[in-house]
Formats: sequence, C-alpha cells, structure tokens
Amino acid sequence: MKRTLIAVGAALALGAAGAGPAMGQSKSVKIGFVSTFSGPTAVIGNDMRNSFELALDHLGRKMGGLNVEVIYEDDQQKPEVGRQKSEKLVQSDKVDFVVGYIWSNVLLASLKPVLDSQTFLISSNAGPSQIAGELCSPYFFSTSWQNDQTPQAMGEYMNQKGVKTLYLIGPNYAAGKDMLAGVASTYKGKVIGEDLTKWPDQLDFSAELSKVRNAKPDAVFVFYPGASGVQFLTQYSQAGLKGQIPLYTAFTIDAITLQLQKDLALGVPGAQHWVNDLPNATNKKYVADFRAKHKNYPTFYGAQSYDAANFINSAVVAVKGDLANKDGMRAEMRKANYASVRGPYKYGNNHFPIQNFYLQDVVKDAEGNLTLKTVATIVKDSQDKHHGKCAMKW
Amino acid sequence: MLLLIEQCLNGLQLGLLLFLLAAGLTLVFGIMDLVNLAHGSLYMVGAYFAATFTALTGSFVAGAVLALAATLLVGMAVEVVAMRRLYGRDHLDHVLGTFGLILFFNELVRLVWGPAGLTVPLPAWLNTAVPILPGIYYPTYRIAIIAVALAVALFLYLVVMRTRVGMLIRAGASNREMVGALGINIKLLYTLVFGIGAALAGLAGLMQAPILTVSIGMGENILILAFVVIIIGGIGSIRGAFIASVFVGLVDTVGRAFLPELFKLVMSPAAASAAAPSVSSMLIYLLMAIVLVLRPEGLFPAPGR
Repeated sequence: MKRTLIAVGAALALGAAGAGPAMGQSKSVKIGFVSTFSGPTAVIGNDMRNSFELALDHLGRKMGGLNVEVIYEDDQQKPEVGRQKSEKLVQSDKVDFVVGYIWSNVLLASLKPVLDSQTFLISSNAGPSQIAGELCSPYFFSTSWQNDQTPQAMGEYMNQKGVKTLYLIGPNYAAGKDMLAGVASTYKGKVIGEDLTKWPDQLDFSAELSKVRNAKPDAVFVFYPGASGVQFLTQYSQAGLKGQIPLYTAFTIDAITLQLQKDLALGVPGAQHWVNDLPNATNKKYVADFRAKHKNYPTFYGAQSYDAANFINSAVVAVKGDLANKDGMRAEMRKANYASVRGPYKYGNNHFPIQNFYLQDVVKDAEGNLTLKTVATIVKDSQDKHHGKCAMKW
Repeated sequence: MLLLIEQCLNGLQLGLLLFLLAAGLTLVFGIMDLVNLAHGSLYMVGAYFAATFTALTGSFVAGAVLALAATLLVGMAVEVVAMRRLYGRDHLDHVLGTFGLILFFNELVRLVWGPAGLTVPLPAWLNTAVPILPGIYYPTYRIAIIAVALAVALFLYLVVMRTRVGMLIRAGASNREMVGALGINIKLLYTLVFGIGAALAGLAGLMQAPILTVSIGMGENILILAFVVIIIGGIGSIRGAFIASVFVGLVDTVGRAFLPELFKLVMSPAAASAAAPSVSSMLIYLLMAIVLVLRPEGLFPAPGR
C-alpha cells in the first residue's frame, strides 16, 4: 500500500523544473521577454529570441537614445509558470514592456499582473479572442493577429476551392478553440465532425484519424503548432489519408517544422499574415540577415518578434525616451508607424492588427531547401470578429 | 461498428506500448524497491538511438536492433554508476536522484543531438495502410507495433514464469532479503533487471519514434501513464501491468473517440463538445482512483506483501 502511494506521488510529481537569470539597472529601456525556452517547443522560443535580438542589432541596440536591456524568461509552456515570470518582470525587474507569449493560455494567465501594473504588454504571437473582446486594454497591443483571423482566411479559401464537407481537429486549449471557431465562422459548407485533443501531451492522433476516415469529409482542417504539427502530418500520411482527403492548415507548417515534415508538407496549404518572400525592403533585409546568421529561414513567430522590437522602438522614439509618458507612447503605437515586415497595417479599436492574409505553399528554393512561398492574397484588410465586444474607443 | 473495431485496435496499440514501459517500471519498483522517474529518459534515449542508427545504417530494422542493444547498455551503466548509490535509502532520495537524472539526460540529449528534434523515416513497406477487414484500413506500422509488443509480452511471460532467472525475479519481488540470504548475487540480478527495464523502455521509445518524432522530454508525459498502469495493475506484477495497460489504452482511446457522441445524447452539442474532451482526458485517472479505493494494492499485487 505504501508503495502504491509513493507511485501515486511520483506520478503527480512529474512536472516541475527550471528558472532564469536576471540583470542590473541604469537609465535604459527595460524589456521583459516571456517565451518557451525549454522542452520540445523551445525551438520556437529560440527563433523569437533570435529575431528580437536581430532587430535590436539593426537598431544599434538603442531606442530613442537609450540603451536597451532585455530579460528573457522561460514560461515552460505552462500558464502558471508564465504568470509567475510575468509578475517577477513587472514587480521586481520593473520592466517598461513585456513582450512575447507563444501560447494563448499562458498569455491569458499572465495578462492581469502586467496590465494591472500599467506596463505595456506586446503579444508577438498569441491572440486569444477574450483579449480582442471584453478583456481588451489600453496597455495591450498585438504585433501578430487575433487567433480567429488566420483560420477565417482559410475558411474563405476552402469556400473558393468548393469544399462541401469539412472535419476540424485542433488542441483543446484557448487558441485551439479560437482557431476552430474561426474556420467555422467563414466556411460555408457543412462541418461534419470536430475533435479537440488533450494539449499539450496528446501526440498520438490515431483515434481522431480513424474517425476522419470513417466520416469521409471532403477536407480536413487542422491547427497544430510546433512539433505537434510534425506528428500530425506524419500520422496523417501513415494512416494513408494524405492524397485521399486534402488537408488545410493554420500555423501547422512553418520554417522550423518544415525541416522535420519535409516532403509530407508538400501540397498542404496554409494561411498566414506574413510569408518570408513578401516583397518589401524591411522584410528582405530581415530574412537575408536572419539566414546569414542562423542558416535557416525565419518563422512567422520570429517575424512578429522582429516587428515587436521595431514597434516598441517607434513608441520610445516618439516620446524621445521619456518612458513615463505612457499616453504618448500609446498614441504612437496606435498609428503602427514603423516598417513592419508584413508591410503597412492598421490597428483596430482593440489594438489587434487589421491586415492582409496570404495563401502559402511549400516549395523548394534554389539550393533545394524546402521553404514557404506566397501564392495569393486570400483576404485584404481583415479585422477580427471580436472587436465589437471591446469597450475601448479612440 | 467498423469504427469501434478500429478504435479498439488503436487502444490496444497504445496499451501494448504502455505495457513495454510499465513492465520495466514495475520490475524495478517491485524487485529493487526503487522509484525510477528517469524511466522516461531511457524511453527518450532509445528513440534518439533509433534515429541515429537508422540514419547511419539506412535501415529502420537494423537501426532498431542496434538502438535496443545500446539502450540496454546505457541502462546497465546507469544502474552501476548512479542507481547503486540509491538502494536502501529513502524513497524521497530516489525521487530526487532520478529527477536529477531526467534533467541530466535532457541536457545531454540537447548537447549531443541539438534542441530541434529528429524524425525517423519508415521504410516504404511499413509506411502504408492495409485492409485488415473488408472496409477497414489500418496503418501497417501500428500493426507491426502490436505484433512486436505481443511477442515481447509472451517472451517476458516465458522468461519470468518458466526460467531460473525468472524465478529469481519473482522471488525478488516477493522477498528481497530472503533471496539475498539464500546466496543469490543480488547485485548482478539488479543490474540485469534494470537493464531489461531500460531495454523495454527503449523499445517503446524507438517504436514510437516514427509516429511521434523524437524530441527532448518525450518520455515524461507517457511515464505518467505508465505510473497509472502500475498502480492499477499492482506493483511488481508483470501480469497486472499487461492487463492494466491494455485496459488503460482501451479506456483512453475509446473514451476519446466516443465520449463526444455519448454526451450529445444527454446535453446540447455545444456543451458536449466543451465537456467531452475534458472528461475523456480525465477518464484513466478516474479509473485509477476507483481502483485505489476498491483494491488499494492494485488489481494483481505481487504475492507476499
């Protein structure tokens, strides 16, 4: 009996670890960067950090004449850890901006301590519907997208392709629910099945794929970010479904996962607000310098983080380094007055971008590496559908 | 109906995979009285070895055999270097020590193989789906996993129940002191048992590698399931581990597959699609709680305690 209890305890104890360093002060712009730097999704966090650092290098590591100091914190992809780290950043490090957040559930947990302290929070990935609606705040900005927007674009694309019946699969957390709701809101055919899988630890999709095969839909839409996208594509192919039922995706194929998905990703379309080949000068410089330094194409996670650094810079420059002038910085940020790698865009009343979405496809580049390419513009100036629930007007 | 058969196969496959992990865990816990949280690290190491050896030899089967041997050696080395220091100490020391090993292995893997993870490509003859009954296609590779795991289970059964080594293992699970007092080389037996446990974990890891891809920390989540299995099955019992793992695999998979439809019969579709995924991910823990209440020693406790 005693041993059994120990085993129960051991099963419960499996899930804890880690801490990060901190640094000193002086007159500078202090930025806290929260992302995932350990575990299987650490590659995403590293890509964001690499891009953020590259942007700072391009800025000469100064904003409005002030030195820039960045404190990176690892959220371990866990909401409670993300909240702890965010509290530490605003309470003991007293940062001027908190940036980052890959995961919507981590962002939602971390939101309150940051916004309550009237510190600007710039999400460079996660865009949960709650923050676009009732939880919108004068201290929150997104340099990415609202979760529903990208799958909404995919829904439009599937209408164009004449998909009559659709099966939806995604992970069971804040972003997964937003993504599936986003597709369903614009898709005009019939959704004949929907599965939400346990997140982040369910990696075997055999039960869901069997249901798909049984339901015989015209197409399948999935949202599986990071390594789970590799697993899904692999199993989709092993189940013999690739080639039988077309797959449509959002945030499932990116420059990092592509290295593992390889040919399995060929012919699988995705929607995105930014692709590495967008023809503007900022983007060309970003992609070229990133590739020179890291030997790899940047991901959209990285592009949004590169934007976040330039976005903050625009605000700090506008108030001439007077970081106490929060109203001045907010007024500037609302203009989105900086060179974004996606090209110019605007902000809605809820501080989420109103922007274009593109169809991306997997191709081989000149050296034979797999990469993503813009095929078409699916929607222009798309605004998320939750902005009406946000009380903020300006 | 066809769907139910297919989902049962999925559940069986998951269950048998859990059995490979749980068998090693329950042996080590039952015989050596050692809580080994690092069991999942051996699963991960097996998968990484398989990826490397498959790339080197160009053959998945050869890679798998080499990886199995390599994981066995790593397991025995870990026993000799680290685990021996922990015997006879408090269980809390075991938890701390082996948790340290998890961190050690994760960092070691990051240094050797890098943070990005690896894929293991399947040979063409395994990477297809075959009809098992009219109208049911099932991935060949998953059938192969079921076959290999069943063969290993049978082999383990024969070794444990029919050989002298197996007799010692069973005796060790019932009364370690007495086995030592009868002049059996307990040290050697422990190294062997730990090595077998490691090899079984490595086998599970390398068979999962082509399905799940190989990444750092991949063993930690599945190890929680393995603990659930040995709690339900009874610690130290291979037979209990086998029955409990198949049971857990079936409950988990069939629950995931059919709970949403069942819930829709009694509540609105919106409420059902919100509640079903949460409940289905809790099912096996509910099962464990019920077993703990009704049979605190597990379903098949090792005799003698």
